[in-house]
Amino acid sequence: MENYLSLFETYNVPAAFWVNIQLTFWAAIWALALGTLLALMRISPIASLQWIGASYVNIFRNTPLTIIIAFGVLGLFGQLQVSLTEDFNLNFFRLAILGLSVYHAAFVCEAIRSGVNTVPLGQAEAARAIGLSFLPAARLVILPQAFRGAIAPLGNVLIALIKNSTVAAAGSVAAESASLMKTMIEFRGDLVIPIFLTFAVGFVIIVIPVGLLTTWASRKLAVAR
Amino acid sequence: MRSTRYAVAATMAVAALTLSACGGGDDGGSDSSDAASDSIRIGIKFDQPGLGFDEGGSYSGFDVDVAKYVAQELGYSEDKIEWVEAPSANRENLLANGQVDMIFATYSITDTRKETVDFAGPYFIAGQDLLVPTDSDITGPDDLDGKNLCSVTGSTSAEKIKEEVPGVNLVEQPGYAECVSVMSGGQIDAVTTDDIILAGLAAQESNAGQFKVVGNPFSEERYGVGIPKGSSNCEAINTAITKMIDDGAWEEAITANTEGADYTYNADLNPPEPEACA
Repeated sequence: MENYLSLFETYNVPAAFWVNIQLTFWAAIWALALGTLLALMRISPIASLQWIGASYVNIFRNTPLTIIIAFGVLGLFGQLQVSLTEDFNLNFFRLAILGLSVYHAAFVCEAIRSGVNTVPLGQAEAARAIGLSFLPAARLVILPQAFRGAIAPLGNVLIALIKNSTVAAAGSVAAESASLMKTMIEFRGDLVIPIFLTFAVGFVIIVIPVGLLTTWASRKLAVAR
Repeated sequence: MRSTRYAVAATMAVAALTLSACGGGDDGGSDSSDAASDSIRIGIKFDQPGLGFDEGGSYSGFDVDVAKYVAQELGYSEDKIEWVEAPSANRENLLANGQVDMIFATYSITDTRKETVDFAGPYFIAGQDLLVPTDSDITGPDDLDGKNLCSVTGSTSAEKIKEEVPGVNLVEQPGYAECVSVMSGGQIDAVTTDDIILAGLAAQESNAGQFKVVGNPFSEERYGVGIPKGSSNCEAINTAITKMIDDGAWEEAITANTEGADYTYNADLNPPEPEACA
């Protein structure tokens, strides 16, 4: 037990989780923005936009996240010499956010589309009948209802994103928790199982409130029909 | 409806096959542990060229050569060896759970590790060094300030270089192959880890002639043979290692596995004298 507690003096575990929370926060914002745009494309009446949205979702939803994140370092940074900032380490943090965002945007898009399906067709017809074209109809009538219907699936995407932020370890974000776990195991092989459990429990503690919150919000905000 | 039912049946059939395949694998494992007396399970790296490398079912490298020699001395011919992959994070567990009998996997002897496993050897003393492009003018850790380096996430080498040269920019990748790939793209000035691992990378066919090991080691990593706590094999393994060094097979194995890398091991420390067994 004393051995185990000494781990927390040597290694800053909360700081590592904080990096994951930061990754999640930024990636969630970008993924929500991009995902909403993609969902708009997919429900738009313009065939070429529908095609672009559908292609994006099919490509990124079906590519393993590890490959996308590794491409950020090996492809964008290593071969194409892309740099998102002058700061060496911040660059990998941003590349990881980029990778997490483009991947989860596909899932956000589909979650919002499922929300759109909860909006009765009559709503869209009524919006058109009062003279709204596609964008105003989407902005004023369809999406507000769709988001309220999509809270539960969006919450699931957020939970997946929190845990997937550990994949940033493959993208050279060495301060995040999966990387710290590897370091701790390398130096304290005698405590492998307690170390694993620490990180597993840490993620459970972060994820459970998110699940409770989204369940509560999806009930509270559901459109009564 | 009907097609759904077929789909469900098909999925379940696939699942059943997959699961039974897993079961089969497990059975194979337990069979071999029953027959432990006439075969030996040795843990090695599968992904480290020059040390322990899986070449599609056959294994090559310095660790593998030493393991074969030691097994031979312990009375197990080559066909009695069962090779098991021993990734860094799993080594202690593999030994503690009795899933392997010995580990030869760039396994440095350290005091924390000695609390859970025993070590025979060392059979090699490596040192952390730098792998750089052939035309680089880096000669040691003193030239690294502000340079971009690459090492493996969570490895001893990564932690060590952060300590030694705080001004260094470190890319941390899952494996050394990725590091070398970033270096050949020109974004990285050096890859750092134990010299013999670097030599193995430089000697790989696809990298031949592109990189060199600097040859200015700044740490001491004593590669030991990991054995379960309280194992009775320690003395015999040490005798085998001493014999291997004395009859020249040790030297031969190093030369053969680092051929083409322009690498010479640290002759002040090598060949090492095995430590007394606990």
